[in-house]
Amino acid sequence: MSEGSEKKGWLARLRNGLSRSSSRLSDGIGGIFSGQKLDDDALEDLEDLLITSDLGVETAAKLAAALASTRFDKEVTADEIRTALADEVSKILRPVAKPLAADAGHRPHVILVTGVNGSGKTTTIGKLAKRFKEDGKSVMLAAGDTFRAAAIEQLKIWGERTGCPVVASKPGGDTASLAFEAIDRARAENIDVLLIDTAGRLQNREDLMQQLQKVVRVISKQDETAPHDTLLVLDATTGQNAHSQVETFQSMCNVTGLILTKLDGSAKGGVLVALAEKFDLPVHAIGVGEGEDDLHPFEAGAFARSLVGLDG
Amino acid sequence: MFDGLTDRFGEIFDKLKKRGALSEADVNAAMREIRVALLEADVALPVVKDFIDGVRERAIGEEVLRSVTPGQQVVKIVNDYLVEMLGPETDEFQVRAAPPAAVMMVGLQGSGKTTTSAKIAKRIQEKQAKKVLMASLDVRRPAAQQQLAVLGHQVMVDTLPIVPLQTPRMIADRAMETARKEGYDVVILDTAGRLHVDDQLMTEVADVRDAATPAEILLIADAMTGQDAVNVAQSFNEKLSLTGIVLTRVDGDARGGAALSMKAVTGTPILLLGTGEKLEALEAFHPDRIASRILGMGDVVSLVEKASELVEQDEAERLMKKMESGKFDLDDFASQLGQLRKMGGLSGVMGMLPGVKKAQAQMAAANIDDKTVIHQEAIIGSMTVAERQKPDLIKASRKRRIAAGSGTSVQDVNKLLKQYQEMTRMMKKMKKMGKKGLMRSGMPGMLPPGMPPGPGMR
Repeated sequence: MSEGSEKKGWLARLRNGLSRSSSRLSDGIGGIFSGQKLDDDALEDLEDLLITSDLGVETAAKLAAALASTRFDKEVTADEIRTALADEVSKILRPVAKPLAADAGHRPHVILVTGVNGSGKTTTIGKLAKRFKEDGKSVMLAAGDTFRAAAIEQLKIWGERTGCPVVASKPGGDTASLAFEAIDRARAENIDVLLIDTAGRLQNREDLMQQLQKVVRVISKQDETAPHDTLLVLDATTGQNAHSQVETFQSMCNVTGLILTKLDGSAKGGVLVALAEKFDLPVHAIGVGEGEDDLHPFEAGAFARSLVGLDG
Repeated sequence: MFDGLTDRFGEIFDKLKKRGALSEADVNAAMREIRVALLEADVALPVVKDFIDGVRERAIGEEVLRSVTPGQQVVKIVNDYLVEMLGPETDEFQVRAAPPAAVMMVGLQGSGKTTTSAKIAKRIQEKQAKKVLMASLDVRRPAAQQQLAVLGHQVMVDTLPIVPLQTPRMIADRAMETARKEGYDVVILDTAGRLHVDDQLMTEVADVRDAATPAEILLIADAMTGQDAVNVAQSFNEKLSLTGIVLTRVDGDARGGAALSMKAVTGTPILLLGTGEKLEALEAFHPDRIASRILGMGDVVSLVEKASELVEQDEAERLMKKMESGKFDLDDFASQLGQLRKMGGLSGVMGMLPGVKKAQAQMAAANIDDKTVIHQEAIIGSMTVAERQKPDLIKASRKRRIAAGSGTSVQDVNKLLKQYQEMTRMMKKMKKMGKKGLMRSGMPGMLPPGMPPGPGMR
């Protein structure tokens, strides 16, 4: 994925999207620290504010403690707290911020896209296709969600929008064999990147998770290095259940990276900070809207600063 | 979905129950843990604070300190308060307005509006014998209108023909016009997913509301929603005056704090729960059951209802008679296993019973899981008719054949036969004690000692 040309534009958009959500956090910080001492009460309030951003009890406590270790009982301003908090958050996020790159050595570079129902898999595939096309890659889509009504049509429309061929079977068809066939076709047509959609599934549905394992196995039969990326698409609105999602999808399907969607709402996706600490999985990109350009590489600093309500 | 909370409260109250009297410090310690548990369950912070304050006020009273089992009393206070917060019991969802009455479905992207539309339409049409029309107003997400059409076909509910390039307002008008002309009772308007902070789209949906004057405006919300649930529910409620909330993906393992949050901030009742991908997976909301589940008291009522829905009454009675007469053979045993599996398997049944966590641990220790039931059915399936009727026939070589046929081992076959023997022995014993005793003892041998009775014979 290319950063580059419209960098300023998307940063502004991310900030715009996050600003609504972070305004609560930053207003809150402003409220707590208008030139007062960082004492126990203030720390507890800070912890609470972090919790309302879905950071989770543990991570919130840890961050608050980190601030306390250097600044306890000192006079602090809201801006100092924001900056310090953003530093702590980006320290956690920086190691996991890795753009999604297609390896030219793979023909095709196979990307399997997974997630729970309604997290935004199909839309994300459309946006990813656009990105890769802009990078001059040839892209093929495989409509592996054969369960949800009209999911195949939805992906086909994305194929038309982005000018990518779509491999599809009938509704109710077998995703694994579709993936197998798609790799054949991608090879025959000398495609650079193959994006495979899957049906949404709740991680506690063992049968459905096993089906997904089978898809991965069958893909590996075609190319033992594939899938080269297995993405888990997470909805930023999701709370602490994201932990369970990442844990299960990672252990059962060897997820290699995350994409966080719907960050243009008021949900902050703060759970990502806790996830980064716990799972050490790369975060590739964030979704900030329904348009085809609304996917951007994940940048730790920008995310952290936006999260606490600081400009760029 | 509320298992997480159940576990936490289970731990907390186990500690409390062991102590004779509660000090204020005890209560405060318990409240701190409850606070963390609720937050980890995604209950929104302001709601958690209110909850804790309310419970503490009631718990730290003379009444509690003097009571014989203060721990129990705190459990009751927490439970009662939870039930209060979750709101009143909801009846079967009904649209009470002159036809054609519109039901508008709103919510964030990906919350499950379209699937829920089809589920509700199916329910109203089938259970209430009303003529239902569905219309998708989602002109944004690719193929969204088609999705509703496909679902309509699956549940045999009519959908408004798709006319390209119409605005949501135009589609809503057309849907209501069609309903008036063609005599539909209920029109379900499935709107596009939208962010509550998107002023333009919120105005658009308010505009549709003004045009269609829906009798019901339902917020469809994902049970996995985090802290933002309060903002979402509040915004939609302020803009549209919601009449109800439908919580989806309750079959997931999210702790479901969003349910508490949304009810608390909007005062809007939770009407229905989406409990699976199948189009009949929609259940009424019972706050007391959910609260009991949260507190680790189990959802016995749900279990009994599910049992009566799924277990064929005749079959149950037939089995009961055979047991009483002492002629319970392996075919009957297999039938019982089949019924157990229909109810969602052992884990499904266990999830609804009190003391869930302990029972599950016992099951794990005894190596009993859902596969056990399937294996046991396979073993019986590999027997001849004669063997099933007279299990005494089964000796070493037959055991080997059965094991090979069912893909299990001779030990597994032995285990099953032993279990069957224990069951018949118990049945004879029960026969002497009368029917009541038999009912209560359930499926002896099937479950480790100390487990709750199995459901097979209810």
